[in-house]
Amino acid sequence: MIYRETGQFKTSYAADQQIFPIRQDRIGIGLLLAVAFLVVPLTAGNYWFNAILIPFLIFALAALGLNILTGYAGQLSLGSAAFMAVGAYAAYNFQVRVDGMPVLLSFILAGLTAAGVGILFGLPSLRIKGFYLAVATLAAQFFIVWCLTKFPYLSNNSSSGVISVPNVEILGFTFDTPQSRYLLVLTIVSVLALLAKNMVRSTTGRAWMAVRDMDVAAEVIGIRLMRTKLLAFAVSSFYCGIAGALYAFCYLGSVEPDGFSLDLSFKILFMIIVGGVGSVLGSFLGAAFILLLPIFLDISLPALAELLHLPFDSATVSHIQLMVFGALIMFFLIVEPHGLARLWQIGKEKLRLWPFPH
Amino acid sequence: MQFFFEVLIGGLLSGVMYSLVALGFVLIFKASGVFNFAQGAMVYFAALSLVGVMGMGAPLWLAFILAFVIMTLLGIATEKFVLRKMVNQAPIALFMATIGLAFFIEGLAPLIWGNEVRALDIGLVDEPIGWILDQHNMVISSFDLTAAGLALGLVALLALFFQYTRVGRALRAVADDHQAALSIGIPLQHIWALVWAVAGFVALVAGMLWGSRNGVQFALTFTALKALPVLILGGFTSVPGAIVGGLIIGASEKLAEIYIPPVMAGWFGGNFGGIEGWFPYVMALLFLLVRPEGLFGEKHIDRV
Amino acid sequence: MARQIGEIILDLKNISLRFGGVKALTDISFNVREHEIRAIIGPNGAGKSSMLNVINGVYHPQEGEIIFRGEHRKDMDTHEAAAAGFARTFQNIALFKGMSVLDNLMTGRNLKMKSNFLQHALWWGPARREELEHRRKVEEVIDFLEIEHIRKTPVGRLPYGLQKRVELGRALAAEPSILLLDEPMAGMNVEEKQDMCRFILDVNDQFGTTIVLIEHDMGVVMDISDRVVVLDYGKKIGDGEPDEVKNNPEVIAAYLGTQH
Repeated sequence: MIYRETGQFKTSYAADQQIFPIRQDRIGIGLLLAVAFLVVPLTAGNYWFNAILIPFLIFALAALGLNILTGYAGQLSLGSAAFMAVGAYAAYNFQVRVDGMPVLLSFILAGLTAAGVGILFGLPSLRIKGFYLAVATLAAQFFIVWCLTKFPYLSNNSSSGVISVPNVEILGFTFDTPQSRYLLVLTIVSVLALLAKNMVRSTTGRAWMAVRDMDVAAEVIGIRLMRTKLLAFAVSSFYCGIAGALYAFCYLGSVEPDGFSLDLSFKILFMIIVGGVGSVLGSFLGAAFILLLPIFLDISLPALAELLHLPFDSATVSHIQLMVFGALIMFFLIVEPHGLARLWQIGKEKLRLWPFPH
Repeated sequence: MQFFFEVLIGGLLSGVMYSLVALGFVLIFKASGVFNFAQGAMVYFAALSLVGVMGMGAPLWLAFILAFVIMTLLGIATEKFVLRKMVNQAPIALFMATIGLAFFIEGLAPLIWGNEVRALDIGLVDEPIGWILDQHNMVISSFDLTAAGLALGLVALLALFFQYTRVGRALRAVADDHQAALSIGIPLQHIWALVWAVAGFVALVAGMLWGSRNGVQFALTFTALKALPVLILGGFTSVPGAIVGGLIIGASEKLAEIYIPPVMAGWFGGNFGGIEGWFPYVMALLFLLVRPEGLFGEKHIDRV
Repeated sequence: MARQIGEIILDLKNISLRFGGVKALTDISFNVREHEIRAIIGPNGAGKSSMLNVINGVYHPQEGEIIFRGEHRKDMDTHEAAAAGFARTFQNIALFKGMSVLDNLMTGRNLKMKSNFLQHALWWGPARREELEHRRKVEEVIDFLEIEHIRKTPVGRLPYGLQKRVELGRALAAEPSILLLDEPMAGMNVEEKQDMCRFILDVNDQFGTTIVLIEHDMGVVMDISDRVVVLDYGKKIGDGEPDEVKNNPEVIAAYLGTQH
């Protein structure tokens, strides 16, 4: 009843190509943005900002980056955390070593640095595919983290590579409250998400998907494989790099190379599998899910154990967490390979018919 | 010069152990086309089961048999509840499912058996071989040598099994073409159960050897991750490739760890240890650029 | 035939192609005239698809000459071929299964898109205009092939016959001067074949596109082609108008099988 397309005919191709062609969707996203930008900063508590909203946005950005590379362009990568690390450390170096460097510029340069590294480690994709490429990205993951730990120059000569970042200051305004940091991250992530959505809908996105689906055919119709693949690596690493910079500057405040380990790369991969590969919305849904799950388990498992009178300790929680992650991945791949995003789509389709059965 | 040989031989020996883990990958890949990322977790699970059962009072031989049964059951359950349901999907999806499986097993194992580091005593001692130390002044571990011997023996056994027995032939047929194998009456489910059992056995031997050398602990899963570069060098479908690849990776990583850091310290100052962590992967990467199918693997041809 | 058959635009001379020890094509020569429909026929394994792959730049022949519009192009790669005006379909459908029909057709116009990824990201002026302009062209192809009702459907969900039509659409979207079709009617029933025939003839008629097609259905070949080349075991055994070729004893022998 409510969610209907009746009467919404498109009379131009431009109208047909909007991101949100259905009016109800436009209203929905408008409300969401309004809530995110206006309501939340006034009502949410610090715990929410620091532990949930800010990391959610940052991980969603990283997941978006990985989704571009793996979901749209089909190049499997297990090294996304390493590119986040490059972004974090590059931003730190630019900010700390260059006097009066605007923070936003540091972020952008950090993203570009990550993009450069991404292109370098993406070169093998021209010759190798599938899980061979995954192993190559593992090389990036281990090597980059090792470099950041062992080359003192990169962490401004601190021991074992730990860096503490200064407060973010833009045009004299210091972002030192959770609300202000949240709004900064929200703005950056929203803008980048919009750019990503535009890219994947365009010729660029189609070229990526063509390479993913059948690269031999893509080549035959004139798509340049090298450029397309390397562009995917570059854009993806740019996004992960910015996410890494935000991770250091607006979330943790202090990072070390080991904080960007293989574990984090897997987490980000899980986000896109659960959320939906090849979907911008999926990156957000997956990030939310993977981020909230441990919190949910932390709360519910002790309660459950008490109810069932079972022995319990914190190690058990982490073991069960691993099991649940693993089981979820397998579940989603078996039951709904296109993840939560597809479930959302199916939900919307059912909503269009509601209250009628068909 | 002696030091070089010492490091080299030590590396070769540990390389044989990598090969053992890689062997499990190869077996499963050959029979079902699935790249089982969870092999490392399985090695860990096998080792834990072994110490766990021994901890309950069983002697080594009994614990080994029980652990083997457990591993076979795990393998069959994996095939039945996970892989069979994903039959129509792309290999990359299957690969990601095995990543999920790895996490699942990595959580399950310590849940059942506990996660303290445990020593595993299988009767082999890690000490230098006497006469080599006396005559050539080189430290070569008797444990490493025995383990290597065991591993090579296992590999030879498996190679013979695949090549000369009826069951081995059936396994190779299934690896080549499922449909064709089905059409000549090979029972696919039994074969897969058998393959996972053999892979479980190999994981158990690897877990036993690695576990008694380094202690049974979570880090075992990372060691197993090293099997990936081994496979790339050797080729995903080749048993001799797993051996050769293991030897090369084992030797090169140890040599790199010893000889590169001092050079880098000379250039940059500071400590550059820990090269072992990434060197095999970078080597595999460079190798992939030159020879993507590995030393002994089969070339992959895309038909349009 | 309504249109005028023009000059020779594609000339293949003494093409030989080997894969390791296997000779796929031996000393093949034939030409293609502008605006004609040229069929390549022959028993299975004769090397027809390989021939098409050579024309298209997927395979590079070890010996021989390829002259397209007066230029020598033996080592042309697929990208250059596409830019020069070749488009093709494949024996085993090579569509992008994860994308919709519309998107698949739009990829066909990839070479004509000039804007870069930054312009796409910003969805700014030139990128936007280009996208709409190409969308308009693609809609013409959709109209022509009567696939409006499935334009947003993911290609993987379509029945086989429609997929083949979409693949033809992708090739047409590129506005090719030469269209290479590899068994466009394989696996189709009678009605689907008639539809496909009609489309192929219409393409040739309305747009003047030169067509080289591989086909097994003799009725179709004899009906729609202007000239036919016959291959067997990688060698050319017949070349000429359909009626000539039909009565050629060597061709008959190849199909019916005699002692070699």
